[in-house]
Amino acid sequence: MADEMASNEAALHRLDRTLTWQGFRELLPISLFVIVFGAAFGLAATQAGLSDASIVIMSTLVFAGAAQFASLELWGPHIPLFTLVLTVFAINARHLLMGATLYPWLQSLQPAKRYGVMLVVSDANWAMAMQAFSQGRPGLGLLLGGGIALWSFWVLGTWLGLYFGNVVSDPASLGLDMVMGCFLLAMVVGGEKNLRMLVIWAVAAGASLLAYRYLPENSHVVVGAIAGGLVGLFWGSRDHEY
Amino acid sequence: MSIETGSPSALAIILIMAVVTLVTRLGGVFAMTFVPIGYRVKRFIHAMSGSVLVALLAPLAIAGDNGARLALMTTAAIMLALKKPLPAIAGGIVVAALFRQM
Repeated sequence: MADEMASNEAALHRLDRTLTWQGFRELLPISLFVIVFGAAFGLAATQAGLSDASIVIMSTLVFAGAAQFASLELWGPHIPLFTLVLTVFAINARHLLMGATLYPWLQSLQPAKRYGVMLVVSDANWAMAMQAFSQGRPGLGLLLGGGIALWSFWVLGTWLGLYFGNVVSDPASLGLDMVMGCFLLAMVVGGEKNLRMLVIWAVAAGASLLAYRYLPENSHVVVGAIAGGLVGLFWGSRDHEY
Repeated sequence: MSIETGSPSALAIILIMAVVTLVTRLGGVFAMTFVPIGYRVKRFIHAMSGSVLVALLAPLAIAGDNGARLALMTTAAIMLALKKPLPAIAGGIVVAALFRQM
């Protein structure tokens, strides 16, 4: 029995070509929507005055939609570099937490693989991977393969946006701005549900809203997540299994 | 002499953005290499992973328009009823689109 459990534990952080390909295919539906966001970004960036090459390079190297959109608001003849760095860092600081939550499964990988996988981490593939782990399925294929899908469609969408951006000039009217929100909410609702989890989520939501209202911009995700984490740390049943 | 937002300086700024983002992607994993993964750390991480999503979504639900709120409510309801993500997500988007067309 112990052997069986040990091999099952080892299977969770398995990462090979087949799992990566499966992950790629599993994130394909949401990646198709990412094309639309990418195109919306391409259009917005053109309007903000960036050159075509700069826009595609940004999506390729930065690969972080919310931060990229926020950077456009600061784009102009004189870009406030410090504010830009702070904004990008604050919006992407959730990656730090995501990396921390993935570490139990990443720790047994070689450093090159461990950090290589993290290059393509973003909200959707991280959420899918965490859900897989919590259900006892291997998740790193979802993280890597799914991340490659999201990244390539983000870049493709950005490039398409340079030429056909006006087709998606108003994604909100088609409800398309809600794709990622609804996707992430489906992940939350599909996850573990019990009183302890509900309290953790309520505290996370409350802290996030307070930070959104009263703390510096873009701090709410980190504040809410850490508040929820602390509740989980100090309050929980002893027999909780992992 | 003004700084052009054309080629070289724009590229430099994009590279800085890329490095900052890379630090966030790798930094959490790197920091954890110094933390022994015990029971308490696991409990914190476990609670934090759901909380990241909730903290991301809360302002969307509160500060968003009614279309956004209806979309999220629809997704949650379908997900609770059917436990299938794709219909839940599709339902949310369709509701937001319909509401905003009205």
